[in-house]
Amino acid sequence: MPERREQHKFVLYVENEPGVLNRVASLFRRRGYNIESLAVGHTERPDVSRMTILAGVNEGAAPRVEANLYKLVNVLSVEDVTFVPSVSRSLALIKVEAPQESRHRLMEVVRAFRARIVDLSLRSLVIEATGTESKIQALVDVLRPFGILEIARSGQVLMARGREGQAAPQSSIPAELCLEHQTSPSG
Amino acid sequence: MNLTYPALPGLLDRRRGLCGRTSALGHLRRDGNLAKKGAEIIWECLELLGVEHVFGYPGGAILPAYDAMTKYSVHHVLVRHEQGATHMADGYARASGRAGVALATSGPGATNMVTGIATAMMDSSPVVCITGQVGSALIGSDAFQETDITGITLPITKHNYLVTRPQEIAPSLREAFQIANSGRPGPVLVDITKDAQTSSCEFSWAASEPRVRRSERKSVLDPANLAAAQHLINHARRPVILAGHGIILSGAENELLALAELADIPVALTLLGIGAFPAGHRLCLGMMGMHGEAWVNQAVQEADLLIALGMRFDDRVTGNLETYAQSAKKIHIEIDRAEIDKNVRVDVPLAGDLREVLGRLLPGIQRSQHRDWLARIETSKRESAARDIQNLPDRGHLYAAHVIHDLWRATCGDAIVVTDVGQHQMWEAQYYRHDKPRTLITSGGLGTMGFALPAAVGVKLARPDAEVWVVAGDGGFQMTMAELATVVQEKLEIKIAIINNGYLGMVRQWQEFFYDRRYCSTPLLSPDFVKLAEAFGIPAFRVHTREQVIPALRAVRQQPGPALIDLQVEQQDSVFPMVPAGADLHKMIRRPTPLFERVPGA
Repeated sequence: MPERREQHKFVLYVENEPGVLNRVASLFRRRGYNIESLAVGHTERPDVSRMTILAGVNEGAAPRVEANLYKLVNVLSVEDVTFVPSVSRSLALIKVEAPQESRHRLMEVVRAFRARIVDLSLRSLVIEATGTESKIQALVDVLRPFGILEIARSGQVLMARGREGQAAPQSSIPAELCLEHQTSPSG
Repeated sequence: MNLTYPALPGLLDRRRGLCGRTSALGHLRRDGNLAKKGAEIIWECLELLGVEHVFGYPGGAILPAYDAMTKYSVHHVLVRHEQGATHMADGYARASGRAGVALATSGPGATNMVTGIATAMMDSSPVVCITGQVGSALIGSDAFQETDITGITLPITKHNYLVTRPQEIAPSLREAFQIANSGRPGPVLVDITKDAQTSSCEFSWAASEPRVRRSERKSVLDPANLAAAQHLINHARRPVILAGHGIILSGAENELLALAELADIPVALTLLGIGAFPAGHRLCLGMMGMHGEAWVNQAVQEADLLIALGMRFDDRVTGNLETYAQSAKKIHIEIDRAEIDKNVRVDVPLAGDLREVLGRLLPGIQRSQHRDWLARIETSKRESAARDIQNLPDRGHLYAAHVIHDLWRATCGDAIVVTDVGQHQMWEAQYYRHDKPRTLITSGGLGTMGFALPAAVGVKLARPDAEVWVVAGDGGFQMTMAELATVVQEKLEIKIAIINNGYLGMVRQWQEFFYDRRYCSTPLLSPDFVKLAEAFGIPAFRVHTREQVIPALRAVRQQPGPALIDLQVEQQDSVFPMVPAGADLHKMIRRPTPLFERVPGA
């Protein structure tokens, strides 16, 4: 009996160390959850990376996925932001056939989507687009008739919107995440 | 070589205090700091962490560590197979509450540990495994005896490390112990390359303090949940406490006793919870689940409140989840948040250390009495007694349940029993009455056959004054019986009872019940265990009838060293009651009895 899946978005702060991605990914793998999108990158601290993971998990299982992620030693914090008002962006590089006769129309499409042309050659051009998944999907659909040669899409990155009434803006990495070696010798 | 030490008073004082040794083996570097080889740092750390015994097997990639070992006070137990080393470390941890340490080389040495690591993971046992790894320059080249052991053990450890520099050894090892012991305990593996062991660096205990990785997620108890739990307990009419391994891990036996007595609530135990509550107590129901007694499972099904303490609603405990304890509200107190709502939806979750949470809960609990409820359970207990094999005539057969009962009487219930996995394990849980925690050592979650004998080695070293018994089946015993040599070499007084029925008994039972008695690959040829034991220099006895049991137990107990009894028990006996896997908890297969059923051939 296949269980119903619901898509959840998790934002993780993890230690910037080899093998951490493997540990996180493995946690989804062993439960048979497919990771739809994954983005990992540096943060304002060199020892901390940020992951944004979109995955379909069993109905009601998201709090347990969160708790299990917390059990990984290298995971510093986890937030399920599925229902948090947030901004999400992904990036796409799209190489399209561009013979002389269709270039003009392509330029119009690029302008309409507020995308950019980042490479131009005799027979093709590369378009860079940033936006929500649906915007990028719409661009891909419009470009398809021109002849898409290659697409590279990043995973989604997500950020919660600024909250009303918050006392003072502060670093998103929880202050209590102390990664330093304790300096006070105990011996 | 005599050296004057530079100013490291803290380190040296601590070493003297722990092991009474004053000579260290590092050499002075030009800058005056104490430099040590990685191999030495391993043992420095183990000594300073208070490790007394290490269970291991040497090999190429761990040889530098073995070479350095002789200079340190840690006692090394040479095992006969690395699986044995992990079970020994596990047994040591379960008996003592302190982390056990296993040591092995790279490649096959490390992969042989996998079963023992998974066993410790499933049963939340603090074990630290140290493995040698090929030189860091060779990693990834398929070098001789290279294996990606951190990759292999990733899902069966709490955490693991690949250490390639001597500087990382001390912080990794110290952190490994911290992780193994903290929260919900579990195994941690530290894989150390050969070059990290052979090269030197400055070693300072103070500077290798484990990192504080994140704010400890302290049990910030929701006061509303605490009040809700108290309200439910104070108003329940048919409450049952489900006590698990967490009670023992947290040391919350007194709090459990206080709660049960104050609110007059019967206590059902999981397999690993046995010993958390005295078996002789009027409120003790015994083990619940697949082979739990009928009155226990009936009480769970009829309860209006389940108070689950440090247990995880394993499928062997709940049976069919759809019909499990339907009329009961559920309170779940558990240190591992990932266990809450995993199998059974609970009404009031309280995440945190049991002793702490129970300590907060108790002041709001009113003294109450549940006379009707306890009387009802008592009735069903009496009904079960008619089916109890203890009360059935033996007709000249030797039943394993009788053997276990006799063992309990002969040892006055004071032994630590280490069981293997299968029928004998369930009979042990049913008929040996454990009053104290850490006196039943058994592989629950993973159900690892071959666990008993090696685990007992660790148990005996952790509790040298205790009477330690191995109770194993003829199948499981043969999986790891090579460790008899370890028992003898270490001169350990371990008593061994082989419940020998000539079958892989539990599998045979499943074949009898669910596979039309097609006994495929379960009849089992065994060596002559008496002669086998004698080949190891272990005195051994054979028993065929009930009358011989007590005299044989007496003879074995009088032996100064290890001794073994081969108990030739009834071949086709089954463990009753039994809830078939996935069936409703109250629909169990009961032992047929001439009082109720017509038993063919009875």
